[in-house]
Amino acid sequence: MTDTTTRGLIPLPLAAARALLLAGGIATAASAFLAWTWTSEFPGDLTYTGYPGGLQWLTFIAGLLTTVFALAAYDVPGLRGLIPARNNAPLVLTALGGFGVTWYTVVSIAAELGGLANLEPGGWIAAIASLLPVIGAFALPEPRTSNTDALLKAYIAKPDNIPAPAPISPWVERAIITLATIVGLAVFTYGIDTEYGELFVGFLIVVVFAVWALHTAGLMDRFSRIVAHNRSFTLAMGFAAAIAFPFTQTDDHYANIGVNILIFGTVALGLNIVVGLAGLLDLGYVAFLGVGAYTAALVSGSEFSRFSGVHFPFWAAALAGAAASLIFGVLIGAPTLRLRGDYLAIVTLGFGEIFRIAVNNMDGESGPDITNGPNGIPSIPDLNFFGFNLGQAHDIAGFTIGRFANYYLLMVLIMAIVVLVYTRAADSRIGRSWIAIREDETAATAMGINGFRVKLIAFALGAALAGLAGTVSAHVTYSVVPTPYQFAGSTPPNSAFLLAAVVLGGMGTVAGPILGAALLYLLPEKLVFLQDKSLLAFGIALILLMRFRPEGIIANRRRQLEFHETGQLDVPETTTLTGEPAAVTKAGA
Amino acid sequence: MSTVTTPVLEARNVTMRFGGLTAVRSVDFTVNAGEIVGLIGPNGAGKTTFFNCLTGLYVPTEGTVSYKGTVLPPKPHLVTQAGIARTFQNIRLFANMTVLENVLVGRHTRTKEGLWSALLRGPGFKKAEKASEERAMELLEFIGLEAKRDHLARNLPYGEQRKLEIARALASEPGLLLLDEPTAGMNPQETRATEELVFAIRDKGIAVLLIEHDMRFVFNLSDRVAVLVQGEKLVEGTSDVVQADERVIAAYLGEPFEGDPGASETAEVDAAEAQSTTSTKGEGQ
Repeated sequence: MTDTTTRGLIPLPLAAARALLLAGGIATAASAFLAWTWTSEFPGDLTYTGYPGGLQWLTFIAGLLTTVFALAAYDVPGLRGLIPARNNAPLVLTALGGFGVTWYTVVSIAAELGGLANLEPGGWIAAIASLLPVIGAFALPEPRTSNTDALLKAYIAKPDNIPAPAPISPWVERAIITLATIVGLAVFTYGIDTEYGELFVGFLIVVVFAVWALHTAGLMDRFSRIVAHNRSFTLAMGFAAAIAFPFTQTDDHYANIGVNILIFGTVALGLNIVVGLAGLLDLGYVAFLGVGAYTAALVSGSEFSRFSGVHFPFWAAALAGAAASLIFGVLIGAPTLRLRGDYLAIVTLGFGEIFRIAVNNMDGESGPDITNGPNGIPSIPDLNFFGFNLGQAHDIAGFTIGRFANYYLLMVLIMAIVVLVYTRAADSRIGRSWIAIREDETAATAMGINGFRVKLIAFALGAALAGLAGTVSAHVTYSVVPTPYQFAGSTPPNSAFLLAAVVLGGMGTVAGPILGAALLYLLPEKLVFLQDKSLLAFGIALILLMRFRPEGIIANRRRQLEFHETGQLDVPETTTLTGEPAAVTKAGA
Repeated sequence: MSTVTTPVLEARNVTMRFGGLTAVRSVDFTVNAGEIVGLIGPNGAGKTTFFNCLTGLYVPTEGTVSYKGTVLPPKPHLVTQAGIARTFQNIRLFANMTVLENVLVGRHTRTKEGLWSALLRGPGFKKAEKASEERAMELLEFIGLEAKRDHLARNLPYGEQRKLEIARALASEPGLLLLDEPTAGMNPQETRATEELVFAIRDKGIAVLLIEHDMRFVFNLSDRVAVLVQGEKLVEGTSDVVQADERVIAAYLGEPFEGDPGASETAEVDAAEAQSTTSTKGEGQ
């Protein structure tokens, strides 16, 4: 090997680079205990020495991660397994994460308080300490490359061939899944509970770089392999974590965010059947959520409802909402699904807007008196299950479960149903025909698939699921009004955001749209300081993601191959001749 | 093989016009049970158009196509359901599905499980899925791709993609298989393997109709060969008859014949076809 092929970006000996990483990681973590600024005006109060606050905690965690990965690179026993890929990328990325969050904090302090003078020496130390691991990381020799451009890419790349892991016992696998679930719940809860925008941005920086580092280290692949072995256990843990979420909250406001994310995520998952599986671009999907919400509002005993005497029990209202959406879906689908591609998108966009405008006008003056026009249908009563009023706070095992937490738990149940419907439908004859239609409609019809019928089923099923979510959302928000059910707006749910959640999260997967929905709901909610520029920031973020990761955050196995041609044959990890057939959502669940 | 010749496919007076251009003109055509029939002709002669008329992708302007005595409705999925399966000139696999899934999609018309059955997952569903998978695996073994069941179709080598397309078509349990240039782009070894495969398919009792440009391949395989020139059936008969026919030689070698089916006509047919395809897209399903 020649000298040029093993050089690092910064010319330092290997020992020095590693020492810098380790020392820098420790120093970064330690600097979180210093006072960074003199006044508590900056949110989080970073003025204490000896106790980290707010963003300092994030710096501390990022520093800790860098230290752990640096030790793993030193082959410290017990930590060696943290980098199965034996590459530099996890070190580079954790170092960058620590650097990013620390410098973001320091710059925010200077910018918000008006000048560098507001930084205490601790702030300066933190800034310098977090720079050290970055220097160290980029000084690590990268053997695979020759020019600078490829070198930079190699620093953040995941190698194609990762040595196969040693087999571990099923109990250890389950323990790992449990641990990952707990960590995931903790991270998610922290993200929802962030009290100010700066903390949320810092949180995003740390999480993005940490997850990226874990991915490049090959740990994500290992984990998905473990998950593939314990599919139902993972699913059960996922729902256990979802149920546990309200018990971790003291403030019902955050449960409100939770329930809205779940409603948004459920609808996105329904849209995923239409867009991700059947490949039908639907730009008016939010209308189905609206149909469900309005139907529930009309029949749930609101005194302002046209049918105020009618008070269905929830199960009947939910079924009515889903059924109304289904009928609406068939009515819209029947004429439009004969169109392909762009035409369908435009027609669905039109129908989505027609719904909103129609609902706006059915006030007894411009049209029949059904929906109360722009005033909507207010004071929808809270649900009551066997004397358990969802509108009131309850004490369960010492935890106070507030109104929104009640609805959150109801929504977890609904989402469980939707996930079940999605996975079962996707992995079946009908699911295969959806994917076949998406791949090549002409070939699919030549294989005996009645394209129109199959597409209509996808459309109707997606609509029904959105309608189901809509019935809960009507109760959660007390009232339904036409405005949220538009094509595009600055807050979810609207058709554009729903589609973005599916595409951003990962089409054709289960976890993708839910994660996408969580992100897209939290970003406008948390980053209030962006104000009217939030849509601009959102657009830029979307463009960047689509440029660098077109398959979405959570990639479906197919999409991954579609967008990143590796030239390699896709050799499956396990060729099971007796096991269940290759699931459509293999990479997604 | 049965000695009684029962017709599987009967095309009567099939005519396909695109605007003012007649791509297929009054073609009468029969395929009998257990037969391998070749369809040849110069480029632009209307072979693929004729195929599309047979399989319901195009609605013939005039004439009828019947399968085992029943007139076929011009809907591709109903034609497949009746028992005619096809492959495409340019491979049209479901590229991002696995090999096994591709074949399972081919089973679509022979299985019944709808959405409810998929959601409820009763014992019937599991049984049907298992049976489908077993049948699909048999077909994969038949074409020799059983080891690659979990590979994505797009990652298969070219020759294997052609084979998989045939397996996918066979999965619909057809009585007649239409192959549109099954050896296009293949090397001599692969062509010979395909020859064996076609014979094996015929031995399963499936009649085969194939379009091909590889003359040796066609004349080796076919019990009968029909020649299509300028949308009209010129000759039909055994290999010897067709090979000896002067008009066929003339049509292929480019001797002036009834106004020379030259490049300009070919382009015209193509352009008209393309136009028609885009205009029918809107109403097609």
